[in-house]
Amino acid sequence: MTTVDHAVLAPDGPALRTPRLSPLVALAGVAGALAGTVLVFALTPFAGRAELLIVAALAVVGTVTAMSWRIEGRRKAVNRVVTLGATTAFVLALIPLGAVLAYTASRGLKRFSGNFLSHSMAGIGPLDKGGGAYHAIIGTLEQVGLATCIALPLGLLVAVYITEYGRGRLARSLRFFIDVMTGVPSIVAGLFIFAFWVLALHQGFSGFAAALSLAILMLPVIVRTAEEMIRLVPATLREASYALGVPKWRTIVSIVLPTALTGITTGVLLAVARVTGETAPLLLTASGNSFIHTNPFSGPQNALPLFVFQQTGSAFDVAVDRAWAGALTLIGIVVLLYVTARLLTRRNTLARR
Amino acid sequence: MAKRIETISLSCFYGSTKAVEDVSLVIEPKTVTALIGPSGCGKSTLLRSFNRMHEVIPAARVEGKVLLDDTDIYAAEVDPVAVRRTIGMVFQRPNPFPTMSIFDNVAAGLRLNGVRKKSDLEHAVERSLHAANLWEEVKDRLGKPGAGLSGGQQQRLCIARAVAVEPEVLLMDEPCSALDPISTLAIEDLMSELKDSYTIVIVTHNMQQAARVSATTAFLTLRGAGQPGYLVEVDATSKIFTNPAEQRTEDYITGRFG
Repeated sequence: MTTVDHAVLAPDGPALRTPRLSPLVALAGVAGALAGTVLVFALTPFAGRAELLIVAALAVVGTVTAMSWRIEGRRKAVNRVVTLGATTAFVLALIPLGAVLAYTASRGLKRFSGNFLSHSMAGIGPLDKGGGAYHAIIGTLEQVGLATCIALPLGLLVAVYITEYGRGRLARSLRFFIDVMTGVPSIVAGLFIFAFWVLALHQGFSGFAAALSLAILMLPVIVRTAEEMIRLVPATLREASYALGVPKWRTIVSIVLPTALTGITTGVLLAVARVTGETAPLLLTASGNSFIHTNPFSGPQNALPLFVFQQTGSAFDVAVDRAWAGALTLIGIVVLLYVTARLLTRRNTLARR
Repeated sequence: MAKRIETISLSCFYGSTKAVEDVSLVIEPKTVTALIGPSGCGKSTLLRSFNRMHEVIPAARVEGKVLLDDTDIYAAEVDPVAVRRTIGMVFQRPNPFPTMSIFDNVAAGLRLNGVRKKSDLEHAVERSLHAANLWEEVKDRLGKPGAGLSGGQQQRLCIARAVAVEPEVLLMDEPCSALDPISTLAIEDLMSELKDSYTIVIVTHNMQQAARVSATTAFLTLRGAGQPGYLVEVDATSKIFTNPAEQRTEDYITGRFG
């Protein structure tokens, strides 16, 4: 038998009641820090509102931490600092997100209307007020829809192959190339389709060419997220299914994929959201036009990001307003898609135990 | 129904590591046979080799024969899927399918094997839940998720799921180790009912449980860490627990070892 040597710790064990920094004392500290900062700014050459705010914030954090360290001890002081740091980072991360949404909405709403959503740019001159993004919305929906139809089944099958069937070198190199594909710049995907499909195969500009380039961009995102999600499905579920005499393919289709569905949906949505906003490949594939063109398989088509890009290129306010309204429409479509998919898959969430 | 299992010089491997060595034993139909032994002696591996679940793990393989009545289930022309359809399995931790309701969990085996007719499914689900002593507790909430049941209920749900496909043999890998005594009792009662129609093999760490439920007990052990497990003896449970032929068995059962 060995006995625990208590000598290194406190002889009676740790104290259960420890002093706490009371809010009143902390408030006094905050007030002191603020007063001190103001005083410093009044008496020294320090100046500027932003500088004052930053120095005051640092002074408050420093004072409270020092007080906490003195009264409560090191562990609690560190806890306060880290908690504060994490909260601050969260708020800082939210600021650009909220700012983008709010600014786009405020600028976009000026021109956003039923008329904007239902009219194309056919016959609209550079100074004309009217016009809309109907042709671009159709283009975006068709191109992204087609791209999803290509990339989703392909990506899912690749993910299933890598996780369930792939062994050894082939699966490893497949994963490697998928990773490389994740880093392919979107313009390269566009260039490839432009050189291969549009020029070499003489297919010309079309919505389908755009869909092909978008599918190239979607594929690695779908494969990687689906792969991660499929790996998260517990082996015990697969075994339970095998033990019922269910063949492997049936187990994958009926047990593994439904269990991983929520996560896979998220991955697919991320991929869709990513390509919905892609502009560069569209320049070389869909090329853009100003009238309604519903057939994605031949002839140039417009798309929302392309529309925004064209309209911001104009010197006139009417066009810039259209660009903002187009950007708002784009965000709206992505949000709508996201909410719809979430509602559809909510029923199938992996039950928490 | 209820077939006999016989292993002839069966060894199980994980890659180049031998986990079970040269086991020859007979499991009689319509009885409960318990596999006992210290951790790492290969009880679970042996059990999983009875319905070819062993080979689900990459690089796992067996040598020797496992006969189901007269058929070697490892023969080249035998389909492992068909073997598993004939020999059902219940696992250590309850593992209901999380995306499925209680009804769908029990019906899963039949549905995934192509049974479509609703009345057939309803009949089979009710029969299986009755067989697993769960019907009264869940009959009003068959549409609720299976994962919402208590641990003991989930395990009985898994038993219902296993018997729904009408197997000949039921393998149970420590089915009560994650359960409380009351649920354990429920499962043990269930086993003694099920043995009238099925051949049951149970792996257990609980020797009282082996003594309570089984007619035959097989004792496995290993010579040391990293060595393969081997069969010491197999005999009537009453004999194993009162007057075993081997000293090693007696040492283990009386708690002098393991």
